[in-house]
Amino acid sequence: MGEHVVKLPDVGEGVAEAELVEWHVKVGDIVREDDLLASVMTDKATVEIPSPVEGEVLWTGGEIGDTLAIGSALVRVKTAGGEAPKAAPPPAPETAEVLPPVEAPKAAAPAAPKPRAPIPEQPLARPAPKREPVAMRRAPGEKPIASPAVRLEAREAGVDLRQVTGSGPGGRVTREDLEAFVARGPDAARSPGLARRTDITEIKIVGLRRRIAEKMALSKARIPHITIVEEVDVTALEDLRAALNKKPTAERPKLTVLPFLMRAMVRALAEQPGLNALFDDDAGIVRQHAGVHIGIATQTPTGLVVPVVKHAEARGLWECAVEVARLAERARDGTASREELSGSTITITSLGPLGAIATTPVINYPEVAIVGVNRMAIRPMWDGRAFVPRKMMNLSSSFDHRVIDGWDAAVFVQRLKELLETPAMLFVDA
Amino acid sequence: MEEIACRLLVIGAGPGGYVCAIRAGQLGIDTVIVERGRLGGSCLNVGCIPSKALIHVADEFEVLSTAAAGKSAFGLTAHAPKVDFAKAVVWKDEIVHRLNNGVAGLLRKARVKIVHGEARFRDGKTVVVETETGSTLIRAEAVVIAAGSAPVELPFLPFGGDIISSTEALSLAEVPKRLAVVGGGYIGLELGTAFAKFGAKVTVVEALPRILPLYDEELTAPVARRLHELGVEVLAGAKAEGAESGKLRITNGNGQAKKIAADKILVTVGRTPAVAGLGLEELVLDMDGRFIRIGERCETSMRGVYAIGDVTGEPMLAHRAMAQGEMVAEIVAGLPRAWDKRCIPAICFTDPEIVSAGLSPDEARAAGHEIKVGQFPFSANGRAMSRHAERGFVRVVARADHNLVLGVQAVGQGISELAAAFGLAIEMGATLEDIAGTIHAHPTMGEGLQEAALKALGHALHI
Repeated sequence: MGEHVVKLPDVGEGVAEAELVEWHVKVGDIVREDDLLASVMTDKATVEIPSPVEGEVLWTGGEIGDTLAIGSALVRVKTAGGEAPKAAPPPAPETAEVLPPVEAPKAAAPAAPKPRAPIPEQPLARPAPKREPVAMRRAPGEKPIASPAVRLEAREAGVDLRQVTGSGPGGRVTREDLEAFVARGPDAARSPGLARRTDITEIKIVGLRRRIAEKMALSKARIPHITIVEEVDVTALEDLRAALNKKPTAERPKLTVLPFLMRAMVRALAEQPGLNALFDDDAGIVRQHAGVHIGIATQTPTGLVVPVVKHAEARGLWECAVEVARLAERARDGTASREELSGSTITITSLGPLGAIATTPVINYPEVAIVGVNRMAIRPMWDGRAFVPRKMMNLSSSFDHRVIDGWDAAVFVQRLKELLETPAMLFVDA
Repeated sequence: MEEIACRLLVIGAGPGGYVCAIRAGQLGIDTVIVERGRLGGSCLNVGCIPSKALIHVADEFEVLSTAAAGKSAFGLTAHAPKVDFAKAVVWKDEIVHRLNNGVAGLLRKARVKIVHGEARFRDGKTVVVETETGSTLIRAEAVVIAAGSAPVELPFLPFGGDIISSTEALSLAEVPKRLAVVGGGYIGLELGTAFAKFGAKVTVVEALPRILPLYDEELTAPVARRLHELGVEVLAGAKAEGAESGKLRITNGNGQAKKIAADKILVTVGRTPAVAGLGLEELVLDMDGRFIRIGERCETSMRGVYAIGDVTGEPMLAHRAMAQGEMVAEIVAGLPRAWDKRCIPAICFTDPEIVSAGLSPDEARAAGHEIKVGQFPFSANGRAMSRHAERGFVRVVARADHNLVLGVQAVGQGISELAAAFGLAIEMGATLEDIAGTIHAHPTMGEGLQEAALKALGHALHI
């Protein structure tokens, strides 16, 4: 009999810690080699930790939501068979702690994220009793009859027991009476079937959701956002898109608006490199990037992730389209690597058909700009003589006002509008 | 002057005060308690506890005396039993001492600071304590007055010499040959009975027509009968007038002046709040006669000043003070609390004992209730018979309409321990059916409670 300590492996370069998001085993479970032990999450990617040995789980290190240091003990497994390691000499722990053969996350091919959230469900509060309390009349000033425990509960709930109808013998107010009163109030009779609900479900914010929460709070706390909403006549763009989409092939799939927007951004950013930048506000340095790495905010079953199309400046229209489709797919099924989920210099957010008229996008900190795509609609537009139906789409873009002036932001938005309204300009060498 | 600042200051370390301080300490409130005497107050030092110790010795001695007189009902014999009264007092003092230390330990554990000395209000948030080492000024956010009470002194029978209060009666050097007791309430009767058992010739002078006037006659009758058997002379409707050289002057029920020879005159005509010297005049609190007026949260008319226990009036009982003290500590901690107790049981440790919880039949009727009453005599209870304690009964008072128990009373040997069951039934809002439907262990005197409930329901089984 031996004991094997599975340590949290290095799950990505430069990562010092990871958050425990799911246990696949519990103490007492028998695991075989390569059975999954736990899932941990780094900045972006979820990594599953397989067991390097076979045996019984003796101990698990940490609760869901804990942040574990790389190299810290994750699971202790009692390994059967083999030679007993000579009474486990205490001063030589190395012999007992075989480094687990767990690969880096990109090779580890993390399995799909578990659709069920690793959140313990709160038991719902008991429904109010169906039985209607028998009304017991009490003389005015008469003390309510209830056990000391119920009286205390009422006092803590701020309920005057004299208002509560007691269903117990002698008009005794039972705990159920009190709960029903709290749930439905004194005028329950007037709204039969409509119950007040006082149950509260606590959901621990862990994993991706916690990361999103932290990121959003950081962005909104540090960045004074300026948001500009502009309307774009995309009739010409849509005509072009329809024409290009007539004969899709594998290399040239159907195009969405996104690749056009990406190309437009590449063009506009070439003229305004200050917007394709990361602001290290602690150090007081803005780092302008020559490469345009466009994050595409993507909704997945577990929450918002932002896969990154690297070097959009070096990709053509269809290359952008293919890359966006590939990344979106990997993000949705949870197989996107950490690299694919980081390194953006500017971000696009689009809610597609839910895109509304205008939004106030939150900048993907530490970037300095984000472009939001709103819903496309046919609207009557005045062409100088008459109203004509035009395909219109708004862009809602936010900028870090610490380093981007309103003027520069407006110039950028106008340039995008110009490029998208006259899509031929996208393909003309500047 | 030394200065202490705290969140809660409790004046008086009797049952109310020390419980308040302990609970406050548990709740993390920075608490100081001031006591001028010994920890535990009247109850522990000169009341409940020491009197029960002496009553126990008296009971034991009385069993031996009965046996020695050849009157044992079950063949017990003894020869010339004696009691070393001084030794009994030492034993009693040891118990008190142990409990003093116990209270000190509990306060320490709750991190309550104890200051010994006389407290006097300077204003509603400042109290000066005269300690042995000088004055200490204590500033507190909240103050609880738990100063307790002292025996009432009659102007024509001032304490001193052979005229004693209950305090001195518990520390006499020897059993007085003749003891006159002025006041036939529970304190006078408990002590009078004990001294009668020790061999004193006891005379009880009660101004009202009967003893224990706060209890109904049905309950007190077995006690009166037993007093008679013990040779205690009860002069009801008689008034004490004064004392002169070993004699108590009285006017008896017929208006005739008489003199009762007495080595000691024990005056037990009630207790009065011990608020003199506290400097209450600095606060101008609303009073209720001699007592401090309080609301349902034990708050006085001054913000941040609370009062609990005997200073707040009747019933002057330790367990009432304790419950108030606990509640006030929680209120000071910010918890929502108010006085909502349904009953405060009261016990006379006479022979036999009397317990009363909730309303008596008369009180219930006076409160406008239609009632039903079930009474079960201990003469029909096997355990009572087998411990030679057949006198007395349990009586349950319930509402006639829905059988809610309004009160339970009992008189009988050792039935003080049933007070817990009586109080629980009333506090829980029990009906007669609840008590009748609870299995009561056999053979115990507690079965009397179940039978009384059954009787009120009309189907008692053992009578």
